[in-house]
Amino acid sequence: MNPLWTLVPPLAVIPFILFFGEKRKNLREGSIIIAGLVLLLINNGIYTDVMAGIPVESGELALLADFSLKLSAEPMGVVFGLLASFLWVVTTVYSIGYMRGHHEINQTRFYVCFAIALAAVMGAAYADNLLTLFVAYEVITISTYPLVTHAGGDGARKAGRIYLGILMGTSIGFLLPAIIWVAAAAGTLDFVPGGVLADAGIGKGAMAVLLALFLFGIAKAGIMPFHRWLPAAMVAPTPVSALLHAVAVVKTGVFSVLKIVTYTFGIDTVTVTGAAHWLLPVAAFTVLAASIVAFTKDNLKARLAYSTISQLSYILLAALLATVMSVSGGVLHIVMHAFGKITLFFCAGAIMVALHKSEISKMNGIGRRMPLTMGAFFIGAISIIGLPPTGGSWSKLLIAGGSLDSGTIIWVSVLMLSTLLNIAYLLPIPLRAFLRPDPDLQPGETATWQEAPYACLWAIALTATSCVLLFLYPRPLTELIGLIQWR
Amino acid sequence: MSQLIGLYSYWIVIVLMMAGLYIMIARYNLVKKIIGLSLFQTSIFYLYITMSKVDGGTAPILVDDADYVYSNPLPHVLILTAIVVGVATSAVALALIVRIYESFGTIEEDELKSIEAAEPDA
Amino acid sequence: MIDQFPALQIMVPLVAAPICVMIRNPRWSWVCAMVASTLAFLISIILLQQVMANGVIRYAVGGWAAPSGIEYYIDAMNAAVLVLVSGISAVVLVYAYRSVAKSVPAEKHYLFYTAWLMCVCGLLGIVITGDAFNVFVFLEISSLSMYTLISFGQDRRALTASFRYLVLGSVGASFILIGIGFLYAATGTLNMTDLAARIPDSESQRAVLVAFSFLTMGVLIKSAVFPLHAWLPNAYTFAPVAVTAFLAGTATKVSLYVLLRFFFSVFGKDYSFGQHLLNGVLLPAAVAGFVLMSLVAIFQNDLRRMLAYSSVAQVGYIVAGFSLATQSGLTAGIVHVVNHGMVKASLFMAVGCILYRVGHVHTPSLDNLMKRMPFTCVAFIISGMGLIGVPLTVGFVSKFTLIEASLEKGWWAIAALVLLSSLMAIVYVGRVIEIMVFRRSRETGPESSGMCEAPLSMLVPLYVLVGVSLYFGINGSATLEVAGRAASFLLGGLQ
Repeated sequence: MNPLWTLVPPLAVIPFILFFGEKRKNLREGSIIIAGLVLLLINNGIYTDVMAGIPVESGELALLADFSLKLSAEPMGVVFGLLASFLWVVTTVYSIGYMRGHHEINQTRFYVCFAIALAAVMGAAYADNLLTLFVAYEVITISTYPLVTHAGGDGARKAGRIYLGILMGTSIGFLLPAIIWVAAAAGTLDFVPGGVLADAGIGKGAMAVLLALFLFGIAKAGIMPFHRWLPAAMVAPTPVSALLHAVAVVKTGVFSVLKIVTYTFGIDTVTVTGAAHWLLPVAAFTVLAASIVAFTKDNLKARLAYSTISQLSYILLAALLATVMSVSGGVLHIVMHAFGKITLFFCAGAIMVALHKSEISKMNGIGRRMPLTMGAFFIGAISIIGLPPTGGSWSKLLIAGGSLDSGTIIWVSVLMLSTLLNIAYLLPIPLRAFLRPDPDLQPGETATWQEAPYACLWAIALTATSCVLLFLYPRPLTELIGLIQWR
Repeated sequence: MSQLIGLYSYWIVIVLMMAGLYIMIARYNLVKKIIGLSLFQTSIFYLYITMSKVDGGTAPILVDDADYVYSNPLPHVLILTAIVVGVATSAVALALIVRIYESFGTIEEDELKSIEAAEPDA
Repeated sequence: MIDQFPALQIMVPLVAAPICVMIRNPRWSWVCAMVASTLAFLISIILLQQVMANGVIRYAVGGWAAPSGIEYYIDAMNAAVLVLVSGISAVVLVYAYRSVAKSVPAEKHYLFYTAWLMCVCGLLGIVITGDAFNVFVFLEISSLSMYTLISFGQDRRALTASFRYLVLGSVGASFILIGIGFLYAATGTLNMTDLAARIPDSESQRAVLVAFSFLTMGVLIKSAVFPLHAWLPNAYTFAPVAVTAFLAGTATKVSLYVLLRFFFSVFGKDYSFGQHLLNGVLLPAAVAGFVLMSLVAIFQNDLRRMLAYSSVAQVGYIVAGFSLATQSGLTAGIVHVVNHGMVKASLFMAVGCILYRVGHVHTPSLDNLMKRMPFTCVAFIISGMGLIGVPLTVGFVSKFTLIEASLEKGWWAIAALVLLSSLMAIVYVGRVIEIMVFRRSRETGPESSGMCEAPLSMLVPLYVLVGVSLYFGINGSATLEVAGRAASFLLGGLQ
């Protein structure tokens, strides 16, 4: 199966979205769901091809004289592609309930930008070289910018400015020169197992600088101090925060880092040159600092945003440790965290739609009014923390195991400390919802169910169940990850 | 010393050129600026003509004389073109000055600048 | 017939110009200009094809063979510039009809189109000729008509802008004339091929050096290289916007072509960049240009002036590419000449559409324009991204090659500064887009509601240019190949 097909459904659905417009909402959203299912099928086709060992690649388009745009599938990309396309369908179902329940404006523009962003995510997932990855990366930035400024008010525009400023600024200021540096030094931008930089004649110090340029240039991965865009982007409607800022955008960031470490540097080159030595503390600092900041946030979406920043740096840490086990754990964590975090965001949106509450301090007792939502929130939280029986425990285990290979226990202790912090900032929310008395209720009165629209509930149920299923059946995923060629 | 005097023609070129340039920079009156520009251009014509002059040479006419000495005709031809260009430049410039005077009421650079500065952007 | 195409390239607009004067009718003089411009465009495409297929074309004007006669000399480099100039002229002329009808009184239209044709003729002449003095003549033809075109602007400041351009431009042209004079004195020829051959052996190297300095200064003034750009911002701001679109796409580009021709073909790379100060002068000026002018552009409230300063900055990129004096650097510079020509022309055309409907282009009061003029805004956004250098636009192709070229030479700082100024471009373009698309209007007057798109005759040419630039952004190797061929021609010297 040609990976170019993955670009077709999200792009082909745009005319339909525009054609149906606001007036025929059901048809508009129906067409998106069909496109999403088709995309999922295509990704599944690629998955079977890759599992069967059939090479999956597209033709080339010469963008520059020596470098061209090309797509091809390798296990890491298949994982990401499957993940994004599956969650696109789920998120569309969810946003049908959310956007209508919340009476958002400009819904057509919203869905169009969403579809473009998803096409670009597919491009990033199956990028065959750095140039393609960069192009997709920038298209994602630009197409999600209108989603952040969606509301159009002063606050949204300010947030949009921060969003575009940091993401574009770092990508042009750091990522682009890093790519051109690779092009000049190695003469190729292709992703090759084992990397292309081993014999490129770059010294140890320069290698560290190059890695840093990539790490800070990919601000979508949310490493401090370039993390500010993510909390700022939370002004966007919740489905955007859920899919784009828990899955598509941020995961493109960490996915790019993983891919660059594996296929451009090569994990051996990273360990041999010690390029990552002074970057590991930065990632570790981000893990801890973001957890602590999350602790102080009362706004639920802001807390989740900082939690995301912290979790992303787990993956960065895993990438920088550059052992087979840790990078595998990183890839797995992309999936596990995505399901956990999207569940949490869906719940946050559901609370907003049903009860119009966004502050954690006002969520006392809402568990009795929204038991399903808060139950799902609990599962999602456990998965983020990394406790069985949820998928998050597998990836955390792998990353922790990988970090022990590095010979020190510093990074393991960072992970464990952060797990404690996760418990401290996530678990009180469902506990508060279920155990504390509801201030809006008179004594003796029983709470009535006030759940979000059914579309929202279905989506929440699906992702929460997936968290558990991923714990029970991680096999297909781990087999796929096992196919990654490291050298 | 003899070289200095011998090359007197080039000295004239330099003096004319600098005088023209000075007028263009130092005078605020637009017409005077154009006078300076014309002077500047004229000095270049003079430079070309001087270059082409051969000692004792006359007009280049085809004769059956091996020792016939004549000046290089090409720069003369070039300068004919350049003179036309110079005249056209002056004409356009003067026409512009007329229009400027009509719409601003002055042709003094400093006054124009202060009028312009007072006008709003866009 | 096809042998005469080099002459026809110039003759068609040159003959059409007086016909325009005789027609006097606004509509028919436009038709005349349109026909001439389209013919010139077709001819230039055929010439480019011939050059790419069969190599250099030499044409002896009037049958007088070089070096005594004037020779037209076409290689990959100037064939590409010919296509750029005549193509942009044809596209912008379609657009100009409505735009000019609104801003220039009807009784002057025929003069406007006459001046336009003369300007096209002059620009094409500069590019096509292989004779140094001929360059000067065509330069003055194009400049004089350009002064006239600029003075057609509605604002009375167009007159002073035009006058100041005239004074500076004439000085620049005079410098070129002096330079050519000294070259002739030192070598006794005006033919560029001959010059290139004779300069190294000339007895009076001092005269050659003087000629070199005067030519450099003159051309730098004409191409508005920082800090000799003073004439440009006002001229671009107050000229009729169709003229600005045309000039921004072609005029400075042609001067840059002259720069290339003299530095690389006539004097040779080793002379220009090896033994002389050009390395120390040109590169710093170019770099300071693109950094400072991008910075200045951020603070402009008039959209046209912002784009004008950005033009000076872009000229800086191009000259920076040239002054690397390597195959890849030259390729980057040349490709940016073409790419920026398209991008800036389409940006100014979009601005013209806004001007046509809204009546002003004061950036802070363009709020919510997206609702009223969606097509114009989309075109502006796409071209604006090209200016920033977002991937899949032409700007990315040229910036990538430029940075790669400077890294190849080991000049890290240049690469960093190019990126810095790209970041500034994000700020100044982003600011406009943000206001256009995302800011809700403060007052909801009758004019701010409902759609009022510019007329189709303006939108279609705008989208043609945007489409072409998108095509070359995605298929960048097409332009890069021509530019690379041109660069190797230039470095290899004239044959």
